[in-house]
This record gives sequence, structure tokens and C-alpha cells, in this order.
Amino acid sequence: MRRFSWFNATSLTFGFAFLYLPMLILIIYSFNESRLVTVWAGFSTKWYGELWQNDAFLDAAWVTIKVAFWSSTLATVLGTMAAYAMVRAGRFKGRGLFSGMIYAPLVMPEVITGLSLLLFFIAIGLDRGVFTIVLAHTTFAMCYVSVVVTSRLVSFDQSLEEAALDLGCTPFDAFRSVTLPIIMPAVISGWLLAFTLSLDDLVIASFTAGPSATTLPIKIFSAVRLGVTPEINALSTIMIGIVTLGVITASLITRATAKKAAADERAAAG
Amino acid sequence: MAQPRPDAVFAPWDDPAEVPLIQFKNVTKRFGDFTAIEDLTLDIYAKEFFALLGPSGCGKTTLMRMLAGFEKPTEGSIILDGVDIGPVPPNERPVNMMFQSYALFPHLTVWENIAFGLKRSDMPKDQIGDRVERMLKLTQLGKFAKRKPHQISGGQRQRVALARSLAKAPKLLLLDEPLGALDKKLRHETQFELMDIQESTGTTFVIVTHDQEEAMTVASRVAVMVDGNLAQVATPDQIYEAPTSAYVADFIGDVNLIEGTVEVQPKGADPTSVAIKWSPTEDPIKATADTPPPAASTVQFAIRPEKVAISAEKPEAANVMEGKILDIAYLGNISTYHVEVAPGLIVKAQATNTRRISRRNLTWEDHVYLSWTDTAGVVLSE
Repeated sequence: MRRFSWFNATSLTFGFAFLYLPMLILIIYSFNESRLVTVWAGFSTKWYGELWQNDAFLDAAWVTIKVAFWSSTLATVLGTMAAYAMVRAGRFKGRGLFSGMIYAPLVMPEVITGLSLLLFFIAIGLDRGVFTIVLAHTTFAMCYVSVVVTSRLVSFDQSLEEAALDLGCTPFDAFRSVTLPIIMPAVISGWLLAFTLSLDDLVIASFTAGPSATTLPIKIFSAVRLGVTPEINALSTIMIGIVTLGVITASLITRATAKKAAADERAAAG
Repeated sequence: MAQPRPDAVFAPWDDPAEVPLIQFKNVTKRFGDFTAIEDLTLDIYAKEFFALLGPSGCGKTTLMRMLAGFEKPTEGSIILDGVDIGPVPPNERPVNMMFQSYALFPHLTVWENIAFGLKRSDMPKDQIGDRVERMLKLTQLGKFAKRKPHQISGGQRQRVALARSLAKAPKLLLLDEPLGALDKKLRHETQFELMDIQESTGTTFVIVTHDQEEAMTVASRVAVMVDGNLAQVATPDQIYEAPTSAYVADFIGDVNLIEGTVEVQPKGADPTSVAIKWSPTEDPIKATADTPPPAASTVQFAIRPEKVAISAEKPEAANVMEGKILDIAYLGNISTYHVEVAPGLIVKAQATNTRRISRRNLTWEDHVYLSWTDTAGVVLSE
């Protein structure tokens, strides 16, 4: 390998600094003894302890996880179905319009989506709460799932499904026992994407949340308006930790699967 | 053709009492404005190894997919074993297909791939294992039962695909370019394996191929297709020796086509003899035909290069042409001589290289004689 030039080293340093310095400062100040965020008064973990006592934050965290789980699961089912229908339907009149309508929410400003959902919920007389946030998150997350699953289905060899039909499967059985297991990695990454999107959504959630249900991003945002407290720093640090852990776990699983496949292949060759 | 044949010869298509397994009745298939199959009628008999041969786009794959149930005929009907299978979905047809890409399920082992169809049939669970083992043995895949498709070679995958499609003991097995992905040597071996398996299982095979040599090797009958129509349906030797059109003669193997007009025959001549005037100065070509075309009509005379003899001295034969060697294609066992017999008309003659090349007495620019008997070629009307 070539030696690292000064130019490369510098651009790398600046690049990483640009990406991670703000987060690093947030993490450092979460261990600040002082209540004043900008004044360092020594190391302490007391804010983490206080956070644990803060029922409002804990409730919000629980609501967020519930919403993320249900909305990403619903979005995965609907998004996969939409992707399957679009890829398998072949050419029909208005196909372009249809697929465009599936992807439109991707580029729609969140404020518009949030507002229209709010008006819709009011119009049908649905009380706002956890359920409405789940519905709202499902609507926008399913386009993302649909994009991920579509790209996998496009490269999927359709003769596999025909072979399943030929061997006696009903169309549903063919999907369940052949198509779904093969596209599963794409479906799972679609779910993870939907889960992450739901976790950090602030705009749509604030339109569709009711007084009974507040998500963590809403809670943090409203708390920050009264001033940044070290408690929020601590909470954010925990969130960064969870996300990092998730990413590392996912990549470890991927690597282990790849290793196992390689080992299988060696065993087969031997 | 119509006289009874000895029992040993398998020729159900010549027996009027035989009921075909598959009947295409005036089948037309259109995709939008494109007509893939045009008013096609065809009978295929039980235990046949039937080949659909043609260039890409001739409709052979569409015909096969209609048998499998992936396409529905636009007009006409398809009868399988007395049942109109038009409305029957693929999963309820007693037909299995071996796909060109093999379409093995990548997430299942070889064993599970073969058992896939059996698990969805009414076969009792305890018999499935035995059946899979038998298929593994038939295709010599025993050692690979626990492997996934990506862990075996192309030839082994081909055999898994065959075993999987045969496992349910279908009335009809469809093979879509089954050997296309194999290299030449393996393809030849596998052709003979396929024929053995077809004979030992007694299944009716319909194979789609664009490889004429493959069709000739494996098939009991070959259907040559062109532009959604059947050009000729006959046994491989009939297709080769007695093509009914210039297209078929040209598509299968190498052929010399000489255009000419039929001469008026003298009184008292053999009614099957035909004389074809092909050049104002040369003698006409003498040939035979069961029903000679009318005098003065334009015909094509087709003759295979291996039926044309080449010599340095003038031989005694029904047809003799004089010419000059333009080119020699040396293929090891045989050589093909390109001989110019008239300005712009080249006739190919093939000779077996019984002597070493250094002792060959014919070479470029040599003056030679081409000859053939009056029954060696075929007269084709336009």
C-alpha cells in the first residue's frame, strides 16, 4: 500500500472532525458536573442517574420504541406488497403514475405530509395518540421499504417463482416459500431503515401526536427550548450509544454470515 | 409411410389408431400486435422425445410455456391426455419443466430442492424420502444431497434441475434449452444421459433447442419452426434426407441449393424422374421425386455436400459437373471442397480424409469433376 500523504491525512482529519466533533462535544458535556452546559466543572455521571428518575423522558422513550416497532413492521408488510405488485404487474396503462405515487412521499416536504395527516385524522374524528403516530410513520416509511425491496425484486430471477408454480405451489405458497426467503435480507434492511426513520422523526410526529403520547424527539425538542440541560446531553449520548451498538451488531452479523458462506463453499469444494 | 411397421420401431405418429398425448388445435398466441404462434396444429405422442427446433424468436419457447401453463393461447385449444388444459393453472398440470437457468432454489439444499414438488403433492410423507433418494441415484447426485446449489458445479446443477422436474413423475417433461449452459464435451455426454433417463422413466419429453445437432441426437421427432409456424415435423433422418422446403434444408446442416426450371420429360420416361435446367449451356440435373413438379416451374435442387463425390478423372454417374477448386476447408476427419461449376455458382463436396493430408491429390485451382446419383438430392418446389 502507498504511504499516506499529508494531503490525505489532513482531509481525513477535517472530514471526520466535521462529522463527529459536534457529537463528541455533546458526549463530553454529558459527563459535566455543572448544570451550565458551556462551563466544565469536572467529571460526573450524575445526569445519567437523574435521567433514570425522569419519568417524562422514560415514558417518551417507551412511546418512541413502540411507535418505531409497529410502524416499521406495518410499513415493511405494506411496502413489500407494493413493491411486489409493482414489479410483477408488468406493463399496464398508468404504471408510471402508480409507481410515482408510491415514491412521491419520499420527496414531499415533511411539513406537508404532517399537516395533511393531521387534517385527515381530524376529519375522520380519530383521537390523536400512539395509534395516529404509528399510522403516520407507516405511510412515509413504506415508500422507503418499497424502494429497498423493489431494487432487490428487479434482479430476482422470475423463473424461480415459475419453477415453484410448476412444482405445485399456489401463487401465495410460491411467494412464501421461495420469493420471501430469498428477498429476506432486503426486507430486513427495509425494516431497519423504517425503524430508524421513525425513531428520529420530529416533524410528522409533532403534527400527529396528541397530549397522551409524546415521542422522544418531541420531548427533547421542547425541553431544549427551555434551555439545554446536561440531562438531554446524557439522553442523546445514550441514543448515540444505542445506534452505534446497532450498526456494529448488524455489520458483525453480516460478516459472520459471509464467513459461514465462505466456509460452506470450502467444505463443498473439499 | 403408411404401411405397418415392425413392433420394434417406435413410430406412434404413423399409427392412425394411436391417440396423441398432446394436441395443439389451431393454436394462436398473440402478444399485443405480435403474433408468436399462428394457427398451429400439432400432435405429440406418449413416450416421445420431441424437439422444437428453430432460431430465436420463432415461437418455440412460447409453445413450451403454453404447455407449462405460463401462457394461455389466444385462440385454439391444447389437449393433454384428453383434457383441455387451457384453463388449468401451472400448479395443477401433470407437467413439469426444467428451466433454462435451472431455477434451483438457492436457499434450499439439493435434497430439499428435489423434495420441493413432492411435499406439495398428495404423496405420503414417509414415501418422499425414498423418492428423493431414487432421483438422487438416477442422476448420480447422492454425495451432494446436503449441498446448496452454489456449492456444486454447472453440470451437477443441471442434473439437480432434471431430478427435481422428474421427481413428481409428470406425464410430460418440458426441457427449455437444458444443455445450453454446459460446455461442448459435457453437453454431448449429457445428451446421451438424457436419452437414457427418458427411456428408463418412460416419460414424454418435449425439448426446446436452437442447436440442430442436439435436436437430431436426442429426438424421436423434430419440429422445425419459423416465424410462429411449423416448417416441417418429421423424424431426424427425414428432416435431413427429405426436407420439404429450402428453409428446412438450409437450417439443418450444410446444403447446396441450385435453382432451375423443370424440363418437359420425353414420352415413356420414368414418371418419377425430373430433369432440372439450371444453366443454358450445361446438361440438366437428373433427379427423382414422388410427385414431380409441373414442367417449366421453378424449383430448388438441394443436395448435401457429403453426397457429392469429387474426383480428378471424369466418372460415370447420372450427374457430372466440371469445375475448379476455389477453397478447401480441412476439418481433420473430412474436408469440404468449394468448387466453382459455373460463374458464381459454387457447389460444396465433402470427402473423408482416408489418406494423410500430405498425400492428398486434390488442391487449390485443380480442375475436378463432381458427381452424384439421380436419387442423392431433393427437388423442392417454391
